[in-house]
Amino acid sequence: MSHIQISRRANTSRLAENFVRIGAIVASLLLAGVVMLFMGYNPIDIFGKIITSSLSTFSRFTETVNKTIMLTTLSLGIAVAFRMKFWNIGAEGQFYMGAFGAALAAFGFPELHPALLLPLMALFAFVFGGLWAMIPALLKAKFSTSETLVTLMMNYIAVSFISYLQYGPWKDPASLGAAKIARFSDNAILPKVFGIHAGWIIMLALVVIMTIVLKYTKLGYQIDVLGESETTARYAGMNTLKIMFAAVMLSGGLCGLAGFMQASAIEKSITDSMSGGLGFTAVITAWLAKLKPPVIVVVSFAFSMLLQSGKSLQVIGIPSSITEILQGVIIFFVLGSEFLINYKVSFRRNAVKEAE
Amino acid sequence: MVHQHFKLVDVMTAAENIVIGQEKGVFTSKKRMAQEISALNEKYGLKIIPDKKIYNMSVSEKQSVEIMKILYRGADVLILDEPTAVLTPQEITALFDILRRMKEQGCSIIIITHKMAEVMDISDRVTVLRKGESIATVVTKETTPKQLTEMMVGGSVSLEIERPKVTLSEKPLLSVKNLTKRDYEGVNVLNDVSFDIYGGEILGVAGIAGSGQKELCEIIAGLDKANGGEITFDGDSILGLSPRAILKKGISMSFVPEDRLGMGLVAGMSVTNNVILKSYNRNRGPFLDRKFAKSLAEQIVSDFDISTPSVNHEVKKLSGGNIQKVLLGREIWLAPRVLITAYPVRGLDIGASYNIYRVINEQKKKGVAVLFIGEDLDVLKSISDRLMVIHSGEVIDIVDPEEVTKEDIGLMMLGHHREEGAV
Repeated sequence: MSHIQISRRANTSRLAENFVRIGAIVASLLLAGVVMLFMGYNPIDIFGKIITSSLSTFSRFTETVNKTIMLTTLSLGIAVAFRMKFWNIGAEGQFYMGAFGAALAAFGFPELHPALLLPLMALFAFVFGGLWAMIPALLKAKFSTSETLVTLMMNYIAVSFISYLQYGPWKDPASLGAAKIARFSDNAILPKVFGIHAGWIIMLALVVIMTIVLKYTKLGYQIDVLGESETTARYAGMNTLKIMFAAVMLSGGLCGLAGFMQASAIEKSITDSMSGGLGFTAVITAWLAKLKPPVIVVVSFAFSMLLQSGKSLQVIGIPSSITEILQGVIIFFVLGSEFLINYKVSFRRNAVKEAE
Repeated sequence: MVHQHFKLVDVMTAAENIVIGQEKGVFTSKKRMAQEISALNEKYGLKIIPDKKIYNMSVSEKQSVEIMKILYRGADVLILDEPTAVLTPQEITALFDILRRMKEQGCSIIIITHKMAEVMDISDRVTVLRKGESIATVVTKETTPKQLTEMMVGGSVSLEIERPKVTLSEKPLLSVKNLTKRDYEGVNVLNDVSFDIYGGEILGVAGIAGSGQKELCEIIAGLDKANGGEITFDGDSILGLSPRAILKKGISMSFVPEDRLGMGLVAGMSVTNNVILKSYNRNRGPFLDRKFAKSLAEQIVSDFDISTPSVNHEVKKLSGGNIQKVLLGREIWLAPRVLITAYPVRGLDIGASYNIYRVINEQKKKGVAVLFIGEDLDVLKSISDRLMVIHSGEVIDIVDPEEVTKEDIGLMMLGHHREEGAV
């Protein structure tokens, strides 16, 4: 009889850990390739198409970057909360409320100079997204509700609220009966820098800022301690509620900023479908990136390529679900590799016979 | 195997716990269960009441149930992990009687313990383990505690715990008056507790685990609220202040909690990030002082001789002794005037334990008031200047450790006052 023995690894070097992770990604690509073969496609062909359809022309590249901006910003927001083990899966809702906040500013001061209006929109978006996330935090502090459930449910409230605006009070009379919200004034639209909307600069700045906040500030330290153990945080004299509120505000605010950029630069208005579900995808990218801001950009870019190429593959007759399979397989392998990093699995023959 | 932390279902009766997971068929006969249990009771000299609920039981009763669980299965090899940590001396004697009886019936017993006296008392042969390696197996009668210790540590150590004489501060540094705490069910977990600690003194606290030690520590450190009473530190009332406020008042009180990795340290963080847990806020501005953190970590690692690959190593990956040294090192670096330690040597090997005792004694020499909550009565008797015995949240007596025997302390731990004398 043979046994599978699982034991905790005492020490693994950084290098070995990363080696396992890269191995996991390679293995997942191989497995996905096998699946493609079974489906009757040439995997090399498809991988090639994924790259070309997301990067080959400037407009395709732009599309991919647009998605990266959104996904990265949302993931940063999620990462802040997750590091504290506050399971904020309400990025979607905070994104919509942020977009709503930006729209309030855009419609309120359409004539304001862009240099003033855009920061104002960003501020509104941050505050609205942040406050939307504060509701579950307050409920958790006051009534110990589960933030996972509340943030999730509040997504639907936020989306329905935008639908209500779209079909009700904010319906654009000029759109001849179509349920649409009016276009922002030109002052409220993010300019392009090198052909891509300026959100990419904001995104890079946010990545740098969040790296610093999480790694080098007291707040980042407090968030990490609180995430590891609330008892320890209290023991160390930390004001746990204050830290939680600050981190949640930051988390929701960042998701709100993503809403602002998407509304201002891409939609040039707001709609109830403008997130494309990326608020949920961002949970995955944040987690795959181990909640580290610089890694988040890389992972988000890779996922954006997959998302972007899905559409193009569909056009040339290959089901876009192939990219979804690929996503799933990668997630499975990368998360699985964490187990291999922390534990050692050995197969061995049952050498020790039962006592005679 | 009998685990150190019992694996029993609190709301079930002894009998139910014993047969759990091994009934054949859907139905069980209560009567038959009771019969079988009393047969085993008789055979091994246990005293289990089959219908008693676990939550109504004392620790030693629970342990008996754990042992019975194994006997009921017909096992004849018994493994006990630190079975005496939670027992009074009298209960330990009773347990050992049971074990001896089992031995006579032909059972094999493996007992894991860190108390040398017990090893010498109960065992026939001893295997010494060090860092996962079997060092030697010897016949108990042919060895001495000193020899065993040397094998455990891998070198010679002195087994003397010194008790240096230090002049006490004039007024008590910490004084607790009529402290009362009720749990959420309204039961008193601390009842009218009063004591003083002077600078330069170690006040030992003996009591069965769960007699209010944890609550006492946490209330003094500001982590828990009391329902009544008074705590004064050098004349200032500190009761009801948050840990942060206590720090801010300039009161330096260091607290080494029982649950090292769950409370005192952040398990998944590096040594560096752990040593700044209480001092990260000392500089102004929003940024952490990384340079200070690194130098502090390096200083504590070298002062306390902590073996770690680097200061960036996660504390949970260190050995128990080194984990404890990180914690004590941090607390002592804060230059406390009151040091509260709860079970500071739990899980440490002998060498590491004696290091910790030495560190605590050094603090005492510096005029620090030490509250030392312990479990090994031999240690408590030799390190404490005065010994407070508590039972169910009440102070039974504060005694001079030189004047009492371990048996006296054991009786007090069960709630008998010394004046009443006889039991």
